[in-house]
Amino acid sequence: MRVASDQPIWPNLKNCKAHRLYIQARSRQIHIRYNPAMLTPAHIESKLERILLKVQKPGRYVGGEFNTTVKDWHSARARVALVFPDIYDIGVSNVGLKILYDQINQRDDALAERAYLPWTDMEALMRRDGIPLYALESKRPLSGFDLIGFTLPYETLYTNALNALDLIGIPLRSADRDETHPIIIAGGHSVMNPEPMHAFMDAFVVGEGEEVIHDIINVIQQFKVETLNVERSTFNRDELLLALAKIPGVYVPRFYQVSYMDDNTIAHVEALAEGLANPVVKRVVAHLPPPPTKFIVPNIEIVHNRVSVEIMRGCTRGCRFCHAGMITRPVRERSVDEIVAAAEAAIKSTGFEELALMSLSSSDYSYVVELVNAISAKFEGKKLTVSLPSLRIESVSVDLMDSLRDRRGSGFTLAPEAATERMRNIINKYVSDEEILNTTRAIYSRGWTTIKLYFMIGHPSETLEDVQAIVDLCKRVLAEGRKVAGMKCKLNVGVSTFVPKSHTPFQWVACDTRDSVLDKQGLLKRQLRDKNIKLSWTKPEDTLLEAWLSRGDRRLSDVIESAWKRGARFDAWGDQMNFNAWMQAFAEHGLDHTFYTYRPRRTDEIFPWDHITAAVRKNFLFQDFRQSLEGQIRVDCRLNCFACGILPTFANMRRDHPGEAWKCPDVKSPRKASNQLSVISDQLPVFTDQSHLVVVE
Amino acid sequence: MRIRITFSKQGALRYTGHLDLHKLWERAARRADIPLAYTQGFHPTPRIQIASALPLGFSSRCEVADFFLSADLDVATISSKLQPALPSGLSVLNVESVDERSPALQTQLIAADYEVTLLESADASNLDLRLAALTDAPTLPRVKRDKAYDLRPQIEELSLMAGAEKKIHMRLASRAGDTGRPEEVLAELNLAIEDVQVERAQLIFKDS
Repeated sequence: MRVASDQPIWPNLKNCKAHRLYIQARSRQIHIRYNPAMLTPAHIESKLERILLKVQKPGRYVGGEFNTTVKDWHSARARVALVFPDIYDIGVSNVGLKILYDQINQRDDALAERAYLPWTDMEALMRRDGIPLYALESKRPLSGFDLIGFTLPYETLYTNALNALDLIGIPLRSADRDETHPIIIAGGHSVMNPEPMHAFMDAFVVGEGEEVIHDIINVIQQFKVETLNVERSTFNRDELLLALAKIPGVYVPRFYQVSYMDDNTIAHVEALAEGLANPVVKRVVAHLPPPPTKFIVPNIEIVHNRVSVEIMRGCTRGCRFCHAGMITRPVRERSVDEIVAAAEAAIKSTGFEELALMSLSSSDYSYVVELVNAISAKFEGKKLTVSLPSLRIESVSVDLMDSLRDRRGSGFTLAPEAATERMRNIINKYVSDEEILNTTRAIYSRGWTTIKLYFMIGHPSETLEDVQAIVDLCKRVLAEGRKVAGMKCKLNVGVSTFVPKSHTPFQWVACDTRDSVLDKQGLLKRQLRDKNIKLSWTKPEDTLLEAWLSRGDRRLSDVIESAWKRGARFDAWGDQMNFNAWMQAFAEHGLDHTFYTYRPRRTDEIFPWDHITAAVRKNFLFQDFRQSLEGQIRVDCRLNCFACGILPTFANMRRDHPGEAWKCPDVKSPRKASNQLSVISDQLPVFTDQSHLVVVE
Repeated sequence: MRIRITFSKQGALRYTGHLDLHKLWERAARRADIPLAYTQGFHPTPRIQIASALPLGFSSRCEVADFFLSADLDVATISSKLQPALPSGLSVLNVESVDERSPALQTQLIAADYEVTLLESADASNLDLRLAALTDAPTLPRVKRDKAYDLRPQIEELSLMAGAEKKIHMRLASRAGDTGRPEEVLAELNLAIEDVQVERAQLIFKDS
């Protein structure tokens, strides 16, 4: 069903009765945001009753799940709504929001509730009946919360986030919101380049949320108390936002001004107020807090109904295409005891039949064998499926998976990413064909019938020969498998298309062109025709969208808003993605979309995201990029610290937390009086920067 | 051992369907540390038999399910462990032990009682006459999932509830392959599903 998206739920608020009542309330200084016309939970529930049986899976919209926390509204001094801007089925299992939900609800003075986006059928009925986006726990409209936190783990959620703001019934743009509206904050991996969404969010959280969420709530509570004691009209949203901007790791776009050069690249970014970080350095926690165990147990089936325990954060492998690997440093591990205890508590509190041990690279967890043995011993015979994703391509991985063998015998996934030695050196993910074949042979011979292999095309300097090598390797894997396990062997080949992401060594690289990608995909489709091989790939249009949104600058905000107005939403859902809307949106604003994708970058170009840093220095990234061009690999940085920039930035933190929880070297130099270290120099990239070594022993 | 649990299903749980309810009970049992027996074979599944699927959106105060356990437990213990492990909306009303060899619940069910409450938005005019029109009709031909059938023999009782003007009582046949659906009766009465609330009040088994 199509929805008239440019019709807000609350048309022309300024002239309606609700607004007049609000103005009266405001003059009586009743509450930071008192809107008597706001729908009550009872109103919303009675409106829902009338539509829920008309939509698919109404269980998405009613809450009431086991392990939800419902707190008293009136005794909480800060009320936070956490939003995953896709449907319930996808959002509930998000671990990031689960951590924040727990962190906030553990406080006596705050509450957190959840909201997800309605699917198109429900959205149409909500708009028809004037039901705003509401929180599942209390059924209160989101517009009544103090703070709304979005998670944006990937870019294709951006139009959904706009849709959510519209369904909440507040202005889309931060500049149009006033003291009557909640503060809107976004976090998650994709906001490492926040600029495309800068117009819509009041603030972004850069990095890990466990500690900064408390700083944010404290500021909001302080303002609520203070503004209740002064004349209501003196309350200033800008002042609150400025206080937020001074929290380390919080980026408030309105206090930073971007200047452009004649060629539309960035000249410089200036902080507009005293005391603001430039660049904004991501937050990290020194020590991973205990993992959440009270996972919400949905009353309907969703995508991942399982317990997830994060065993390790960060990755030391240094694959040059990998955004997560670059932005989640340093590596911090949890102990085997803590993981097993958390898994046991979580299974007990949820009754889930599946446990996922999460990390970016399980094989690199220092005690992975001990962990697998302990988990197997603990849950033997309990009918529990254990998954250990992201295993290295080596025979040890097969042993590990064998000990965790689940009762259903699912597939075994490996990610070689590239199929020639040249390409693997360029991307710094080195594994030999021999090792791949030995591993896959072992997998088939131990009874797995299906192997999934993930590759990427569109790597820098990739040719058709490199793509042909993917075909050849897949055929060899299957042929070798048949020798040991017969004709029942199956192979699923997933080939995605590389997007040069911000904050990675490949950020200087241009995207592969659409025509080239189509050629490469054509080759794969022609040559991998085998009834036992299933090939999947990413549509070039989806890749382009991801590239625009992850590499864009502030001007992309206009494009995102226009695309949304033209009907773009659920961009991550293949069948919903509306490429024409995006092309029209670019045209409407006179922007050339190839500027963001196909243009090679100058080595000294200032990127739209350079004033946000993951504490990995730009010089380090550039040096790594140069090494890539020369086909040089870098080994795992556990073996040899390459001084990426993490330690100088977090030297004090590391000094206070020595030992093996971090995989960076210990810092033994004495603490400096001031820790104001700049992690990004304004100079051109240099290749022999040794300044960081002073703090690394 | 085999236990029979009578439970109510209300509130948000009305929107959890039959298959999801199976999964929900399986997880609740695991949380409560009640050892379910599993089927043999390649895909072991817990042995839970729910007497009758409750249509989505209906509440109930009389659902019945049998659970096979791999160990013997005291029924009072089961009851006290289970209730705190259930999401709000599910309440255990009774737990009893039954003979392992007694026939499956689904085969014993013969009929079900429903109570329909008309909301303000519903057209309640001449309700008694409209009910009578249905019970007086010799046949009520309808089409469900592209299949023609006669609804009339499935209606065993249909009346206004005593002392309530806007409440309907109906008893519908509920046998394997011959299950009367309340929403079909409501459609014949020209009552839209969003204008009413339906609660299952009683399940009637062969020997009760």
